[in-house]
Amino acid sequence: MRFDPLHQNPEYTFAQKLTHVPWGLVLVVCGLAAIGCTMLYSAASGAWDPWAQDQAVRFGAGFLGLLAVALIDVRVWFRWAWVVYALAVGMLVATQVAGVMGQGAQRWIDLGVIQLQPSELMKVALVLALARYFHGLSDEEVGRPLRLIAPLVATAVPVGLVIQQPDLGTGLILLMLAGAVFFAAGVSLWMFGAVLGAGLAAIPIAWQFLHQYQKERVLTFLNPQNDPLGEGYHILQSKIALGAGGMFGKGFLEGTQSHLNFLPEKQTDFIFTMLAEEFGMVGGLALLGLYALVLVYGLAIAMRAHNHFGRLLALGLTANVFLYVFLNIAMVMGVIPVVGVPLPLISYGGTAMLAVLGTLGLVMSVHVHRDVRIPRRGLNDDA
Amino acid sequence: MALLNEEHGRFKTFSRRTLLLGGSQVLLLAGLAGRLYHLQIVENERYATLAEENRVSLRLLAPPRGRILDRYGGPVAVNEHNYRVMLVAEQATDIERTLERLSRIVAIDETEKQRILDNLRSKRPFVPVKVAENLSWETVGRIEVNAPKLPGVNIDVGQTRAYPHGPPLAHVLGYVGAVDKQDMRKDDPLLEVPGFFVGKTGLEKRYDTALRGEAGTSQVEVNAVGRTIRELDRDPGKPGNDLVTSLDTTLQQKAHDRISAERSASTVILDVPTGDVLALASTPSFDNNAFALGISERRWRELKRNPYDPLADKAAMGVYNPGSTFKMVVAMAAMANGITPDHEVHCPGHYDLGNTRFHCWAQWGHGKLDMVGGFKHSCDVYFYDLAKRVGIDAIAEAAKRFGMGAPLGIDLPSEAGGTIPTKAWKNRTKGEPWHLGETLVCGIGQGYVLTTPLQLAVMTARIATGRAVVPRIGRQLVAEKGESESFEPEIFEDLGLRDERLDVLRAGMDAVVNSPGGTADRSQFRDVDADMAGKTGTSQVRRISAQERREGVTDNEDLPWRQRDHALFVGYAPAKAPRYCAATVVEHGGAGSKTAAPIVRDLLEATLKRDPATRNDLKLSRRTRRETG
Repeated sequence: MRFDPLHQNPEYTFAQKLTHVPWGLVLVVCGLAAIGCTMLYSAASGAWDPWAQDQAVRFGAGFLGLLAVALIDVRVWFRWAWVVYALAVGMLVATQVAGVMGQGAQRWIDLGVIQLQPSELMKVALVLALARYFHGLSDEEVGRPLRLIAPLVATAVPVGLVIQQPDLGTGLILLMLAGAVFFAAGVSLWMFGAVLGAGLAAIPIAWQFLHQYQKERVLTFLNPQNDPLGEGYHILQSKIALGAGGMFGKGFLEGTQSHLNFLPEKQTDFIFTMLAEEFGMVGGLALLGLYALVLVYGLAIAMRAHNHFGRLLALGLTANVFLYVFLNIAMVMGVIPVVGVPLPLISYGGTAMLAVLGTLGLVMSVHVHRDVRIPRRGLNDDA
Repeated sequence: MALLNEEHGRFKTFSRRTLLLGGSQVLLLAGLAGRLYHLQIVENERYATLAEENRVSLRLLAPPRGRILDRYGGPVAVNEHNYRVMLVAEQATDIERTLERLSRIVAIDETEKQRILDNLRSKRPFVPVKVAENLSWETVGRIEVNAPKLPGVNIDVGQTRAYPHGPPLAHVLGYVGAVDKQDMRKDDPLLEVPGFFVGKTGLEKRYDTALRGEAGTSQVEVNAVGRTIRELDRDPGKPGNDLVTSLDTTLQQKAHDRISAERSASTVILDVPTGDVLALASTPSFDNNAFALGISERRWRELKRNPYDPLADKAAMGVYNPGSTFKMVVAMAAMANGITPDHEVHCPGHYDLGNTRFHCWAQWGHGKLDMVGGFKHSCDVYFYDLAKRVGIDAIAEAAKRFGMGAPLGIDLPSEAGGTIPTKAWKNRTKGEPWHLGETLVCGIGQGYVLTTPLQLAVMTARIATGRAVVPRIGRQLVAEKGESESFEPEIFEDLGLRDERLDVLRAGMDAVVNSPGGTADRSQFRDVDADMAGKTGTSQVRRISAQERREGVTDNEDLPWRQRDHALFVGYAPAKAPRYCAATVVEHGGAGSKTAAPIVRDLLEATLKRDPATRNDLKLSRRTRRETG
């Protein structure tokens, strides 16, 4: 192994790469997945079928993918960043054209074998593309507004497409992800202020463009008792389940709210509620702790990387995981309106599992290749 | 090195901002943890209650309705199993096919089929929908045998009310029916149980609360769509009390059969000392079982349209002019006002009051009669004279003593009170003064005087005993466990009428039957060695006009049925020591002596034959007679 901290890039053998894998993070991930399978077993009233079994197989396959992604050189991701981005945008467009109607919005694309939600992929692709772009900007260049036009466009295109679907929630998540990367890249704070101000000013206008069901969701959130059998009913039942859980919960397989189906979507979006009903605040806090550990790992990896692309990538992707966790839990606790965001590694669902494992794989790749240097002007193909 | 510095600058900004972002992420997660604490610890109790309320649903269980028994403990109203076919949508693979197959066993017409399909569609898939009910054992068997070919079809056992004797007891027992808005006003949760039945008429209505029992509860765990998961707790409730009545089913049937020979009639048989109603019949009757099973619109309309009004209990609700049966009242009023039984009146066949001539039923008159003679011949002139002497208010006073003019308070839900006119009454209701002629008309039980057959029976019992006999049917409420409630027979108060005066009435009634030439001398007991005392009555519905008289209609029986006289008879037996009494009104039956008296004779004979005590007395008396004779 040649190692020169300034100019030379290390070339790792496979074995070396394996030792660089953040096994602690891998362990946390496996732990979360195990909790997920346990909860799905409970969701089916104590049966592996239909969810837990499926999810375990998916995690097994996805886990191998995660390791593969982690071991692929970060420079490969650097090189292919825009291609992945273009691919993801292409899939979003394809969804619009030939998407399968699902839950009232065109969000799914049928690839024959599996159905994919391109918007999940888009989150990763957007972070990749922005990290790639900001990698090429010097401190001084980041301060120039003109330099921000390209990344803003790169953000606006997928956000616009996703909102078109219509999927307001994912659109906002993409915006927040982009915001995190912009922020970490050093974009000056006044520009954030200006964008935020403009955004707030635009809310009344945007309201006009919202679909009825989106308006209802926001209104229901503001006053959940308003329609106890509609949207608010779900949140109310979720809060009842959580509240009834108490300190230690009702016990595994004993959650009445979940098992008597008062809780909607207990195997997907509301799985945290079931966990907290059966294992109480102790269980809920333990899960939050594990996620916090994942975030700390992700941010530490971002700080330790020696290439700016890797740093921004790790940071953006960690923000992605954070948004999944925060939005899902905040939603089931009635802190924010209902958004269809799954709980990473726990909720039942193929695309979400793949997207989260891919995200974490990339973060790990950054760590495995933390000492790789990438010149600001980019890689020479002969280097 | 510039490159390195620049890199260093970027890294410094990045690190600072990453820490900032990371810090806020952790803070936000901490915020979620705080929220979790608030929901699960601070508000735990409130939400735990809500979760329990979600989970546990209280279902009411309808207790079995109490039976109604006759005086010997024979059941006259019972609960029967009602086998129903139910269809559960989610268990049926193909609803149309299943229904088609089922219709080969149970008849399901097109409208029924549509109702079933609509029901299945509007209800949740696990809710059973009734396809047919009141199935015979054989049908149940055929369905069970074919069960594998009928997925989703279940047999369910409910309860229906059944009246084993049907029409003879229909009026007095009444029937049960679905709860309607009027019943709902009473505060009993049972009334909200789907398919619950309450008493609508008769004893079923009067004793409904006692027969109904108390609701049981079943605490069940339900899921979000209301499906029952399991039962957590059960309180079976309290079954309704059995009602023991004073009725004698055999006698009731006899009474019903006997008066069924007439188009429309009613009769009451009382146990004189206790006021127990042994039989209370009204014809034509109806089958109250039809109501328990849910009567069809067509049959209901038929019953309503029937000119002989089968639904009305004429014995307690029908009001009639008592005719000559009212003469005991007039005589009692006269004696109470100083007229002695040896008061004599000459009857020339009519009585003139001013310019008006009041006829006696006997065109050629009865000659000179005393009070007993007046009864025996039922002379109208004699009682015109008495009525005129004492006045209407004195008659009303005596009538009220004998139980007329107001409901007696028998334990039936609808009892008519009849009318006993007074001067004040006429002034109040008609706004006109009383005419003396009306006193005369009332003196022979015509005009404004209206009584029910039940009141006539009670009057007879009061004459026989001198006590304020009140009729009753319910004798005891028997609880399955715990205390039963007995309605002890009352010791009736003395009416305050002097015995020697009552004896005049009794002697008169004895003469009516047992003295040759009495109006009912053809209705003496034949099979029983005892005597009956009684009084005939023929109450005019319409006078025969002079026109008709000229056209040859002289006899009441030549008139159309609706215009013929009502035939009445009241009697008690044995005449020497009264045990039973009876009253009968045959609507448009013609002369009381011809139609009504034989009925009472037959019924009182039947009653005496059924009395064990009397039976012994009779044997004894027969023996002594033989010995002496």
